[in-house]
Amino acid sequence: MTRPADDLLLEVRDLHVDYPLRGGLLQRRRGTIKALNGVSLSLRRGEIYGLVGESGCGKTTLGRALVGLAPQAGGEITFDGVRLPADGRRDRFARKIQLIFQDPYASLHPRKPVRELVGEGLLINGLASADEVDGRSLAMLERVGLNAEHLYRYAHEFSGGQRQRIALARALVLHPQLIVLDEPTSALDVSVQAQTLNLLKELRRELGLTYLFISHDLGVVRYMSQRMAVMYLGHIVEEGETETIFERPQHPYTRSLLASLPSIRHRKQRHKAALQGDPPTPIDPPPGCPFAGRCPKTQPICREQNPALAPAVGDPAGGGRDHRVACYFPDLPGEG
Amino acid sequence: MATASPPLLAVEDLQIRFHTLRGVVHALDGVSFEIARGESIGLVGETGCGKSITARAILRLVDPPGRITAGSIRFEGTELLTLDRRAMRTIRGQKISMIMQEPKVSLNPVMRIGRQVAETLLIHDRSLSHRQAEAKARDMLGSVSIPDPARMAQRYPHELSGGMAQRVMIAMMLVTRPRLLIADEPTSALDVTIQAQILDLMTDLIAEIGSSVLMISHDLAVVAETCDRVIVMYAGTVVESGTVDAVLDEPSHPYTRGLLNTLPDQVDPDRPLQSIPGNVPSLLAPPVGCRFAPRCPEAGPRCRRETPAAYDVGAGHVAACFLHADGGVA
Repeated sequence: MTRPADDLLLEVRDLHVDYPLRGGLLQRRRGTIKALNGVSLSLRRGEIYGLVGESGCGKTTLGRALVGLAPQAGGEITFDGVRLPADGRRDRFARKIQLIFQDPYASLHPRKPVRELVGEGLLINGLASADEVDGRSLAMLERVGLNAEHLYRYAHEFSGGQRQRIALARALVLHPQLIVLDEPTSALDVSVQAQTLNLLKELRRELGLTYLFISHDLGVVRYMSQRMAVMYLGHIVEEGETETIFERPQHPYTRSLLASLPSIRHRKQRHKAALQGDPPTPIDPPPGCPFAGRCPKTQPICREQNPALAPAVGDPAGGGRDHRVACYFPDLPGEG
Repeated sequence: MATASPPLLAVEDLQIRFHTLRGVVHALDGVSFEIARGESIGLVGETGCGKSITARAILRLVDPPGRITAGSIRFEGTELLTLDRRAMRTIRGQKISMIMQEPKVSLNPVMRIGRQVAETLLIHDRSLSHRQAEAKARDMLGSVSIPDPARMAQRYPHELSGGMAQRVMIAMMLVTRPRLLIADEPTSALDVTIQAQILDLMTDLIAEIGSSVLMISHDLAVVAETCDRVIVMYAGTVVESGTVDAVLDEPSHPYTRGLLNTLPDQVDPDRPLQSIPGNVPSLLAPPVGCRFAPRCPEAGPRCRRETPAAYDVGAGHVAACFLHADGGVA
């Protein structure tokens, strides 16, 4: 770690997010959902960092924790050199970290015209005077491919792809540094997805943005990101340069995930499912590796102690300096 | 075309209209295809292209304001569109079953899953006793790899994960050994590792029973790995069909080519993704001629005038595009 500190835009260290599980007549606390169980990662300025994993792995919670929408039970988040308050009060930072939600049908206020949807953030943050707001909003709408005739329309008059553009304009008009994109194209058809992904890449280049790109779609993450992390049950199990993760994964879960992916190009090699069973629930998880219950290589130590995310070793191809894996028995290249 | 035996299912010139307050929605126009015995066909296309309504039409489950206004659907030689309701009920579930995308929405929330599977059996086979049906249901739950079927049979749908609930649906739909299984996005609500399990399970069971399959999906890769042939739909029409290899290796309709080019796993991360310009047309007033013409990079005047027929481009591979017709697009 000899890189200059100002290379990093965001640093998350040992982040925990717990939700109480309540039940019964008196809504007593019956357990704890460990949505994030000690997550650490860092984002460099200007990069697109992909975050993948299956439902319930905590990838959305991580995105929400960054903007103060999830209760932080431990750990710290440092943004642009400043430690963010753990109580979720992000007034000073709200503008700089923006979150784009998956469902553009649910995330835009149905009774506000586009002009207000995009402009209100400028007014709230005091970034523009009342007579500048419309001009600034329009400029950003035009940048994302909409125009003046859209200013007075309401969200329901737009298609899914257009709504996602409105959500982007609404975020970008505040000049954020980091945008958390939570499954930004999952609700869109593929032809519209392509337009949206292209737009996101252009905007990052032009505006010098950094993205945390959360998705369950491995193909999209491979196309979009330079580095990525794989999550399982509230933990990061593997992290590294995107091409390294796809070409030389070492964690048994990453390998299973990639092997499960249907493919048009490799359709002849119809694979058998690589994993049996469902992921366990994150309610009061047992000690040990989160993947131990489904892993083909589990040994006694895996059930006793959780392996730390450590630099990957034994990769003759180098593996990239950032390749880290949390496993006692990683799959080394050349094995099966 | 060597047609030794008639196809299991023959859909011909199917037309569906929705009469709404805003006008008539031309949901489906001139859709024709056949499914042979033991064959798996994938029906792909984007939202609103008509793939789900085609499946529902086969089971005569098109609800008002939708109406089948023309065409024919023959199953084992019998015309389904004029069949009386009682005869149709014996076909539904017994000879043609359907698996939906959201298993938890399709299952009865207040009935134990063992009974739901048994009930399917009882409806279609009156000679079974309740006890026999429940025993058979437990066997079926075991054969879809549900652990401890006797205990799981006592559970309610909300106690199951998405993958488990979809296994129950598969058990219910295959317990009558149908000739045709329609699967409408059966794995779209599931995670990829669970999707792989469910696709394996479906493939194995179907091979054992010998059913034909109509698999509806927006995911070309799922269809590529599980089907023999594929039908591509756009805006209520079939634009291309053929074997999976022919259509994916040599896509012959500009829409299919566009669709394949937009997939991010097909390209180099340093190049922008190709996209199809514009949006899917409103089916209240679909474009005259080819419905893809307004977005098509290769369209000519003829495309905006006439509706293309299905032209042969190879063995059993057809494309509804004037590029393959005498005289071309001019």
